[in-house]
Amino acid sequence: MALIAVAQSMQFAQPLPLQSGAVLRDYALAYETYGTLNADKSNAVLVCHALNASHHVAGVYAGRSKSEGWWDNMIGPGKALDTDRFFVIGVNNLGSCFGSTGPMHTNPATDRVYGADFPVVTVEDWVNAQARLLDALGIQVLAAVMGGSLGGMQALSWALQYPERMLHAVVIASAPNLTAENIAFNEVARRAIVTDPDFFGGNFYEHGVVPKRGLRIARMIGHITYLSDDVMNEKFGRQLRPAAQALAKAAQAIASDGADGGDSSDAVVAAAQYLYSTQEVEFQIESYLRYQGDKFAEYFDANTYLLITRALDYFDPARAFGGDLSLALRRAACKFLLVSFTTDWRFSPKRSRELVKALLDNQRHVSYAEIDAPHGHDAFLLDDARYMGVVRAYFDNVAGSLA
Amino acid sequence: MSDLAIQHAIAELVPRGARVLDLGCGDGAMLDYLQRTRGCTGYGVEIDDANVLACIRRGVDVIQLNLDEGLAVFEDASFDVVLQIDTLQHLRNAEVMLRETARVGRLGIVAFPNFAHWLNRWSILMGRMPVTKRLPYQWYDTPNIRVGTHADLAALAARNGLRVLDSFGLQEGRTVRFAPNLLAGTSVYKLAR
Repeated sequence: MALIAVAQSMQFAQPLPLQSGAVLRDYALAYETYGTLNADKSNAVLVCHALNASHHVAGVYAGRSKSEGWWDNMIGPGKALDTDRFFVIGVNNLGSCFGSTGPMHTNPATDRVYGADFPVVTVEDWVNAQARLLDALGIQVLAAVMGGSLGGMQALSWALQYPERMLHAVVIASAPNLTAENIAFNEVARRAIVTDPDFFGGNFYEHGVVPKRGLRIARMIGHITYLSDDVMNEKFGRQLRPAAQALAKAAQAIASDGADGGDSSDAVVAAAQYLYSTQEVEFQIESYLRYQGDKFAEYFDANTYLLITRALDYFDPARAFGGDLSLALRRAACKFLLVSFTTDWRFSPKRSRELVKALLDNQRHVSYAEIDAPHGHDAFLLDDARYMGVVRAYFDNVAGSLA
Repeated sequence: MSDLAIQHAIAELVPRGARVLDLGCGDGAMLDYLQRTRGCTGYGVEIDDANVLACIRRGVDVIQLNLDEGLAVFEDASFDVVLQIDTLQHLRNAEVMLRETARVGRLGIVAFPNFAHWLNRWSILMGRMPVTKRLPYQWYDTPNIRVGTHADLAALAARNGLRVLDSFGLQEGRTVRFAPNLLAGTSVYKLAR
């Protein structure tokens, strides 16, 4: 029986002070919950989302096929994070475009759409907003906070901002901050959006357009960084686009009919396969990236993309401690499970090991699994028996400690 | 760590309440035992996926690392005791790991199969590689990349300027202090910088 998800929303009248000094008024948070909160409210697990995901973490919406939550392989009845034992909460972050207050909503101060005026939000701001939602739900202490990638940063930040409100942090494929290369990729994506003539400085809503070209390119760049070189080669290699392949097959048939044999017909086939065009889709990987870009530009908000990549850039808990991560993590009191993936070059195992080291320096409880998976950063969303096994075993113990 | 008797004998060497780092901790049984019976805390280090999972199942904190890449994540003298039990024979660079053990721990405890045990010597004398309880693998199918003797480790420790606080053999769960190089299947060293 499929888990049925129901999207909910909570309105907050009390203004939320942000790290930048700005204040967000009259905002809403979209969220979903799965499972049952136990009598002493001790079995709640908060799941934080990454760049392009939402509060729809698990389950499906009634009557809507293919509406599985983004971490449905991980979370649900009998799954690694078992909703028969835990009360799981997914929250859409502020500035997003999936239900919580974001740049496409009306600014109560001006009665106009926020657009470019939506305040810059940080990981810390998101965590504060999530904490308020938990207050409203009557949950004082979380059994765990869990997230991958940018979601892992939120789980880590939770451990530093509200150490007394959580027992476990599960931080997957994450990092203590972005490297220069990470920021560089984000900046290229942002420039693609900002320089799209349809962006209108972020106020494209009132012009009735969407900077789709910029969004597409931003997504294409992002997508490259989520995959490993090996997986990309295995999936696409140097394959030509489908149409070209069909053409090539036809050419091959013709060549073999000719039965002339030898090197000359091979050369003819090879020549037939290329379009010798600089702008047409030639290789399969180009077709794939364009498809991903097109799909993304249909549903994602350009300002949201800028906001979320900026939140990634700014996250750096060690900054206030002169770059000393061990000092920064001294506040953390919970137990940690960290997982990284060997082929992830966006948030490489090296970055997770920095976190492990800082936790070891503080004598915190930490377990760390480095999963030898081929899929790059994307691995954190995919099924892998070792990965799922480790998370399942960890949550089994968490559940055991609650009983 | 296979043999329960060896495990318990070595646990006796670990001070109560010690912070322990167990290099090559296997399924975490030793740390689990130390935590339950001697009030110890600490971490295991393992490379094998199945062992990492077993540790997490037990609730033993485990860090998945390749010991051949060193112990850079651990600070000097950050543990009371560093255990290296049946680990040395799997390491490409056992000398570096011995130094690292002494760097990270105030006390290092190293245990490994003693190849100079008379049973092994007899087997070699007969012209065949030994297959025993402590070295249960055929020469052509073994996870061990080296063998060494009780006497060898004394020489290696001296070479690296490490102090041998104690050394003895274990055989059938009993401590062997007389001629351990000949009479014990397992060699045990307590080392410090």
